[in-house]
Amino acid sequence: MSHVAISATVATVVLCAHCGVPVPEGLLDDDVEHQFCCSGCQAAFGMLHAHGLDSYYGFAERREAPVRTSGRSFDEFDHPAFTNLYVTAISNGLSRTELYLEGIHCASCVWLVERIPLLVPGVLRAELDVRRSLAVIEWDIATVSLSRIAQSLDTLGYPPHPFRGVARADMRKREDRAMLVRIGIAGAIAINVMLAALALYAGELNTMDAGFTRFFRWVSLAITLPAFIWPGRVFFTGAWASLRTRALHMDLPIAIALAAGFVRGAMNTITDSGPIYFDGLALLIFALLVGRFLQQRGQRMAVDATEELHAIAPTTARIIEHDVVRDIPSEALLPGMLLDVRAGESFPADGVVMRGRSSVNAALLTGESRPASVTVGQLVYAGTVNVESPLRVQVEQAGESSRIAKLMRQVEESATRRAPIVQMANRMAGIFTAIVLVMAATTFVIKSQLSPAHALDDAIALLIVTCPCALALATPLAISVAVARAARRGMLIKGGDALELLATPGIVVLDKTGTITEGRTALTFWHGPDWVKPLVLALEEGSSHPLADGFRRAWPRLPTATVSASRHIAGGGLEGTVDGYVMRIGSPRFVRESILSVSESLHSVINDLDRTLTPVHIAIDGVVVAIAGLGDRVRDDALDSLRQLRGRGWRTVMLSGDVQDVVASVGRSLAFEAEDSIGAVSPEAKLAFIEQLKATSGRTVVMVGDGVNDAAAIAAAHVGIGVHGGAEACLATADIYLTRPGLNALVELTEGSRRTLCVIRRNIAVSIGYNLIGASLAVFGLLTPLIAAILMPTSSITVVLGSWYSTTFVRPTTSESRS
Amino acid sequence: MSVIYIVLPLALIIVGGAVLAFVWSARNGQYDDLETPAVRVLHD
Repeated sequence: MSHVAISATVATVVLCAHCGVPVPEGLLDDDVEHQFCCSGCQAAFGMLHAHGLDSYYGFAERREAPVRTSGRSFDEFDHPAFTNLYVTAISNGLSRTELYLEGIHCASCVWLVERIPLLVPGVLRAELDVRRSLAVIEWDIATVSLSRIAQSLDTLGYPPHPFRGVARADMRKREDRAMLVRIGIAGAIAINVMLAALALYAGELNTMDAGFTRFFRWVSLAITLPAFIWPGRVFFTGAWASLRTRALHMDLPIAIALAAGFVRGAMNTITDSGPIYFDGLALLIFALLVGRFLQQRGQRMAVDATEELHAIAPTTARIIEHDVVRDIPSEALLPGMLLDVRAGESFPADGVVMRGRSSVNAALLTGESRPASVTVGQLVYAGTVNVESPLRVQVEQAGESSRIAKLMRQVEESATRRAPIVQMANRMAGIFTAIVLVMAATTFVIKSQLSPAHALDDAIALLIVTCPCALALATPLAISVAVARAARRGMLIKGGDALELLATPGIVVLDKTGTITEGRTALTFWHGPDWVKPLVLALEEGSSHPLADGFRRAWPRLPTATVSASRHIAGGGLEGTVDGYVMRIGSPRFVRESILSVSESLHSVINDLDRTLTPVHIAIDGVVVAIAGLGDRVRDDALDSLRQLRGRGWRTVMLSGDVQDVVASVGRSLAFEAEDSIGAVSPEAKLAFIEQLKATSGRTVVMVGDGVNDAAAIAAAHVGIGVHGGAEACLATADIYLTRPGLNALVELTEGSRRTLCVIRRNIAVSIGYNLIGASLAVFGLLTPLIAAILMPTSSITVVLGSWYSTTFVRPTTSESRS
Repeated sequence: MSVIYIVLPLALIIVGGAVLAFVWSARNGQYDDLETPAVRVLHD
């Protein structure tokens, strides 16, 4: 669109020298060699050019978006409290920190970020992990401050944020490496034991010399032993834990089969008679470890992604000391400090307004969608947003003692209180374990009467062949494939049990503000002539009020008029002169102060206006010419998605902190049952509602929300879902986080979960089928080690292929709409 | 055929060396980030 517009007016399209986006006509300067689309790009270009890094512009794949710098001073990065939290000192006066960078997306970003040591003297190392957008920076504190490094990154278009989860990420890294080492060793051993086994099987057919046979059996024993001592140990510790907690776990039959097989195999090696089992055992250890790794990795990715979002939350506060404003980390705030909070910013602590008059949007904390006005002496809470004009606030409660922190603790508590869910696979494993053990014992007892020589070997063969290898893979594989595919479709699933729970219809409880609605003010009603629109836009230009945002979003492409004077009246609206007209825009009361009367036709419009909307009147030269209604608009796909959910047997409930009138009106338009549209609910009451629903309904309770006010309820529900753009508390506790807007993802989730459960059932059926064949062969003494060695991998491979080619999250349910 | 008594242990020693190399590389963090190095090499 914009390309066309520009080429129509200018003969040639001039592209920005830094990002390659067409340069707006007004910014073209014929006198200079390079043209830029914005000052951000100009600064970034200047910086690269000055340091001889022009080769950046030679890359084929480059960032194709204007550089958006935050332009902050990053003073707080040098504060002792910040250093304490995020910076580690390494040798020789060097420091190291990990920063999360916004805007990382391609190969050239790696190049640019890792050239920071050239751009900023004193930085010794910069290394970027593209997938996680994390940069490790090492620098000399004596030469350069961290704020200076942060500013350079910002200038290049990568605003940095401290990464909070360093300790946890380090632990994960160690776990991952240990797991990888175990798999590697188990794999190497399995392959080599199988080679030896191949020699033995081939030798049996061609009557190999007895000396060689004995040699290969001893070699097999020697190679298998380390597999038990190192990678295989996890199964024995798992089995021991299962015995101590008296819960039958999959590890128990595995450990029994491994131990029995190994002991019997070793005895047979020493006595030089009977089967040795080592090839099967080594392969078993390897396959089981791979299954676990796959399961862990899929879930890990989802957890990582949400944690990195969590890291972007604002961490700075602007305080005023002796009339000087400075940035400090919000962790360093103390009661009594004076805060400067500008319009559009959120309060970093609870406090009392000392100066100024504004309105506060507490949607995050309470769910109330309309801003409430505050003035000197009133309390404001951390996490809520200052909407209209700057405020001076004296800190009363900061950090851990603020209301939001208390709410967060409640969230954590309810998350840990969550009852453990008995997974289907674990239940199956319990039953399965019991059956296998009973069968093995019976085989041994009966056989020892018939042919004592083979009784023990047959019982062990049964144990090994029925070892739930494929069964252990069945669930994790199906789930990890589903989780990975869901992630690609914008649904981050943190735990596989959520999939299992969503497969059967239950009750879905939805928050209103930000979940069912868009969570921001939009122009939904307009009555007035079109020529007024540019005038309204011109006057609202530069205002940070959400209502102004609503107008701007509604008419993005209108030409603007010239404003010669404008004044903002807090709690009222705007007044000014535009294109020679004297205008007033704002609340009905404010606008009517300056006019004489309102025409009859407009009267009826005013009276008919939807009560849930915020009315805005527009007067020109003392006459009301237009009426606008702004409100939080219901998402486009809400009705359709809710209908589909209901059609699948889900009960839908809307639970909101907003006033009952608004909730009831939205509920009616979305066909909620009257008693299922519940308004004026506090965060604490939401939690209680979910707890009560869980206790009385006996069905799966799903909570969908976006704010801190939903977080406790999300943590308490069987399955908690956080929606696009939600608060960090909500992301941290939700089992599933949706990265694409709209409710359609919910429909897709339930459908995908149902399909995933089908795949799991199919996998379990397949693996049990193989086991039954193997078991019956073993019971009748027909199972040779060769058949066992073929049967076991075949069942695993069937399960792997079955999971991989399943259609869990691929088929679109209704529309392919993504944004 | 009796050469197998020398060759097989020798093969196992080589495998052991490979396993040790793998353990070292995994512990050294060589497999932590599998994406960035692939990109980085293009620019040097």
